Amino acid sequence: MLSLERRANPSQFWLWFTPVLAVILTMVAGGLLFALLGSNPFTVIRTIFWDPLAGTNASYFRAQLFIKAAPLILIAVGLAMGFRAGIWNIGAEGQYIMGAIIGASVGLAFFPTENRLIFPLMVAAGAFGGWAWAMIPAILKTKFNTNEILVSLMLVYVAQAILAKASFSFLRNPDGMGFPGSRNFSTYPAARNLDLIERSGFHWGAVAALGVAVAAYVLLTRHGIGFRIRLAGQAPRAARFHGVSPTRLVIFCLGFAGALAGLAGIFEASGPSGQITENFATGYGFTAIIVAFLGRLNPLGIIFAGLLMALTYVGGSLAESRLNLPAASIQVFQGMLLFFLLGVDMLTNYRIRYGAARVKGAGA
Amino acid sequence: MQRRNLLATAAFGLGLALSGGSAMAQGLEKVKACFIYVGPIGDGGWTYQHHQGALALTEAYGDKVEIAWQESVPEGADAERAITQFALDGCNIIFTTSFGFMDATNAVAAQFPDIKFEHATGFKRDQPNVSTYDARFYEGRAVMGTIAGHMTKSNKIGYIGSYPIPEVIQGINASFIHAKKVNPDVTMSVVWAYTWFDPAKEADAAKALIDQGVDVILQHTDSTAPLAEAQKVEGVIGFGQASDMAAYKPSPRVSAIIDNWAPYYVKRVGALLDGTYEQSAAWEGIAGGEVEIGEITDAVPADVKAAAEKMRDDIAAGTYHPFTGPLNKQDGSAWLAEGEVADDGALATMNFYVEGITGEIPK
Repeated sequence: MLSLERRANPSQFWLWFTPVLAVILTMVAGGLLFALLGSNPFTVIRTIFWDPLAGTNASYFRAQLFIKAAPLILIAVGLAMGFRAGIWNIGAEGQYIMGAIIGASVGLAFFPTENRLIFPLMVAAGAFGGWAWAMIPAILKTKFNTNEILVSLMLVYVAQAILAKASFSFLRNPDGMGFPGSRNFSTYPAARNLDLIERSGFHWGAVAALGVAVAAYVLLTRHGIGFRIRLAGQAPRAARFHGVSPTRLVIFCLGFAGALAGLAGIFEASGPSGQITENFATGYGFTAIIVAFLGRLNPLGIIFAGLLMALTYVGGSLAESRLNLPAASIQVFQGMLLFFLLGVDMLTNYRIRYGAARVKGAGA
Repeated sequence: MQRRNLLATAAFGLGLALSGGSAMAQGLEKVKACFIYVGPIGDGGWTYQHHQGALALTEAYGDKVEIAWQESVPEGADAERAITQFALDGCNIIFTTSFGFMDATNAVAAQFPDIKFEHATGFKRDQPNVSTYDARFYEGRAVMGTIAGHMTKSNKIGYIGSYPIPEVIQGINASFIHAKKVNPDVTMSVVWAYTWFDPAKEADAAKALIDQGVDVILQHTDSTAPLAEAQKVEGVIGFGQASDMAAYKPSPRVSAIIDNWAPYYVKRVGALLDGTYEQSAAWEGIAGGEVEIGEITDAVPADVKAAAEKMRDDIAAGTYHPFTGPLNKQDGSAWLAEGEVADDGALATMNFYVEGITGEIPK
């Protein structure tokens, strides 16, 4: 019989080396998968991990990395704060959608006025939209002790219904020939989230993502609220004795994550995506959960995790088109990454014991 | 990013070859044709049919053509990247096969003036190197509606709509008009699934219709789930959508409306090879071979089959147009006078039901 035993002192080295190991294992197992599909595994792995960085036309693909990573990092940093405190916001996708809708509504309401204040106003409205949507599970949790995992997740589906409504009715482009989808922000300069340096992929969302990650790192390590978050996550009882208010913590963590997801939403809607359509949400809010854990719930780690995740998307798409691979194979490949990450994580914190099943401190 | 004036360039010129495109004086030796798909090739419907069209290219031109594709491309920024990828990788012509790729296609086209872009079912040709193409699915719907009107015993037919956009509304109206023509007592219920492909949602929609007493189901969604639901209930029939869906023959699938993109793809790539390529806005139907009527099975009585085939042949010959007056709008106001035929502009922006359909188009 196998049993798991918690390690008293998980190795610091392995704590940071496991993500790297997970990536290596993913490459090996993924390579096998691609070989079974009849492709040369080395070509595929090189196309995914190397070509976007240094292959032909790499300057275009490097820019795309920022476009893809910015929303992931923004959302993941917010989620990581909550996850550290044991507050499980699974509904960032919904907050992302609502941020985009509220922000875009504000922008489109001014169309076609040209004013430099419109874009900042949209960004603020986007953050507000995400924050307000996250306040629903927050208030329900603090007042009625509902489960924030369920409530926030269910609200994603509500947000998707509102998104469909927005693209078919209240935000529908009046010049769109009866087709769904809002006006494209690329036709509205005042509300456009442009690349700060042309073709760099570095738009305001990427600036915000880096700024927020650094600020969150400082908050978490140097500030009282960061201490309370870590304490509440590691030792809830001690936190209560220390005077940490669970209510305020829930409101702060969900609100912070919601506002960042909302920001990601409006930067995406006014920038790379350009418009609100019923298919606007492509899963950033869910992928960001993986990014948060891949980055060890550390804001600086999340920057690298976000860029790595973006690389698997950009490189994966490149492999699909260059090698005619099925889309599902790339999704499986990305799934493997999370699987191996959790797997090797387990071995960092627990050791496997053979013999009599005497489970000691194994939580799961 | 270039500023574009939507209205000025989005003007409708359907069916009309636009001049001013950079027609090539000389053909290409070899063409790399690339395809962006919205779903998986294995959807058995929309994307599957586009892929069949792509494969027809290699059959038609052999070594002179190379094809590449990417499936399940999300709309928005991801689509723009996928299209750019193909442009950078040396594609000569890129087909983007879903409405949602419209803005991305035009944005990429602006940056690659030497590459041809072909966008399915859209209306924006902002750049001289962007053409659009679509099929007159409503012609096929008229044939399905004729069969539906004859076959229903409960006089209730149902329609599973995907999204309330003109193309889908054309299909609903065409089906109803022709069902009503052969069966004045017929009523039609429309359920909106808000998806092109989601077997679970489509099955739910079919169940809801069957619960209301509907015994003929038409669908404008791409999975076989509605047919699978119809199969469970005695006496309920349906139609294949986008592809033949032959697995459900002879009943519940009594016929099918098949998208056949091969003739268009072969024509466009051929034009690129021989140097006659020009920007265009194609909208072909049964006559052009883009809309095919799948085999009408023996579950349909011979006289009904004959009536349906006559309808198909009349449309193909151009002697009958599915939207011919007198026709009123749902609110009773006059739309087309006796003998008047709807023009393409009105069809392409259709946003109303014809008289007799109950319910409202979601707004």
